[in-house]
Amino acid sequence: MLEGLLDTLKGSLRGWTASQIGPGYDEKVSAIARASNEYGVDPFGFSLDYALAAMAPFLWLYKHYHRVETFGLEKVPRGRVLLIANHSGQLPMDGAMIGVAMLTEANPPRAVRAMVEKWVGTLPFVSTFMSRVGQIVGTPENCKRLLENDEAILVFPEGMKGINKLFHQRYQLQEFGLGFMRLALETNTPIVPVGVVGAEEQAPALVDLKTVGKLFGLPSLPVTPTGVPVPLPTKYRIHFGDPLFFTGRPDDDDGELEKKVKVVKAAIQGLLDHGLRTREHVFW
Amino acid sequence: MKPAVVITGISGNLGRGLVRVLHRDEQVFGIDRRPFVGKPKDVELFQVDLRKKKVEDVFRRHKVKAVIHMGILHDPRMSAEDHHSFNVLGTTRVLDCCARYGVKKVVVLSSANVYGPSPDNSSFLTEDAPLMAASRFPSVRDLIEVDMLATRFLWKHPDIETVILRPVHIVGPTIKNAPSNYLRVKRPLALLGFDPMVQLIHVEDAVAAMVLALKPGLRGVYNVTGPGEVPLSSVFRELGRTPVSIPHPIARPLLRTLFKYRLANYPPEELDHIQFLCMVDGAAWVKDAGWKPGHSMRETIRAVLGD
Repeated sequence: MLEGLLDTLKGSLRGWTASQIGPGYDEKVSAIARASNEYGVDPFGFSLDYALAAMAPFLWLYKHYHRVETFGLEKVPRGRVLLIANHSGQLPMDGAMIGVAMLTEANPPRAVRAMVEKWVGTLPFVSTFMSRVGQIVGTPENCKRLLENDEAILVFPEGMKGINKLFHQRYQLQEFGLGFMRLALETNTPIVPVGVVGAEEQAPALVDLKTVGKLFGLPSLPVTPTGVPVPLPTKYRIHFGDPLFFTGRPDDDDGELEKKVKVVKAAIQGLLDHGLRTREHVFW
Repeated sequence: MKPAVVITGISGNLGRGLVRVLHRDEQVFGIDRRPFVGKPKDVELFQVDLRKKKVEDVFRRHKVKAVIHMGILHDPRMSAEDHHSFNVLGTTRVLDCCARYGVKKVVVLSSANVYGPSPDNSSFLTEDAPLMAASRFPSVRDLIEVDMLATRFLWKHPDIETVILRPVHIVGPTIKNAPSNYLRVKRPLALLGFDPMVQLIHVEDAVAAMVLALKPGLRGVYNVTGPGEVPLSSVFRELGRTPVSIPHPIARPLLRTLFKYRLANYPPEELDHIQFLCMVDGAAWVKDAGWKPGHSMRETIRAVLGD
């Protein structure tokens, strides 16, 4: 019975997505499912049908809540690519919005893969949801395999330090991890810097009660005026930069890799500065 | 008499499948402590425990050109001591005979389960991934030890073509292993909110892989995959099953109790297989052996029904 109910829900969500995008989209998007088998999934568990259904509420947020505008989407090359973006907002809406942009506005549409933490695999429903919409446990082997299959991978090198940043730290990029650069060098993948403007104000956190958070086993506990981090309807502007190409040894010293990562970080900061200068207002 | 192929564990359902394919072209000897009902006339059975010294007679009396070792037990109801002793001592005895009597080809049937299901796993594990199964399920450590004994043998004897096969879950109409039995249940237990991707291989394809491994020149450790990957829920749907979904914090203690009182045939650790990923990359076997499974995904799933 539960199964039937879920099927009905999936069907109506799928309809909602279709009505929001308009006719002709199905043919365009079906190319994404090239690796799917007769059961509608690719080897990693991604299901286009499921993803399009799951996208419906996010697509609504994209169009009517955050009213996302994209700039330079055409700069994302075909084939393998790493999208490197700033991370913020207490809830990973920035990732969802980049995903929706790539799936609905890019030509041809692309299903972006993002890497999730290992503990996601231990959560009921969440693990299945993540797998069907194309999100995969972030091991280096998985990333390499996806890039070799010419997929697009979204990485937030700031990680948890980015998403939990406080209001006064907005648009200040935190320390970047180096893993994405090793992968780019190893698989010869272009890097597209992405600057997300608008997400950093969506849930202003004033203090981080780290010690209290630790009691509950949380890495941090940012407190927003609303108590829970409900995103405010800030207007999103997503800026895509020119692809960057790097060469060198993937197993080089951290110092050498840091130099290259700094180039990417500067490119993202540039996109953010430009985006902040040119925007009219946080909310419109 | 021409040089023989020795098959250990021949009386099991998988062994019988292998005999059907091999016995017309090869002189087949079997070693098993169980009787072989319906044995073809041209197959000779030595009914002896693999741990016994008498096993050596097979090699002493006849020229043996190849050994297919699948006399490896996996029965959670057996005493852990006996289980361990049979698998480890039996494998040691067989490999020892191979080395001493100049057998040129040794095929060992291990399993992709040696890697073990875990939330930390990459989606596709290659042959160099660590064998972690016993970290969450200690009683399978002898199966890992068998795999490692065989790997050690491979490196110790560069002149012998040792092939260690790690196939994914083998399913078939007569196969009585955990995955096949599980999929034959009308209302199988499932874990609420978990739907891992799984890999299955048709028993006939598993047999074909072992026969292929006899090909001269092949040597190494190989994952063996079937027609692909599919969510567990799609397997249920294909078979018309309606699983009973139970929250996982309840399922484990429940199954532990049921298993203890013999009301269930699976120890609770087996639940990992329907909760987490344990998938392998079979690319090396495809490349080196030219492997191509003969059965489609639908045929493979439906194989448990035997229709």
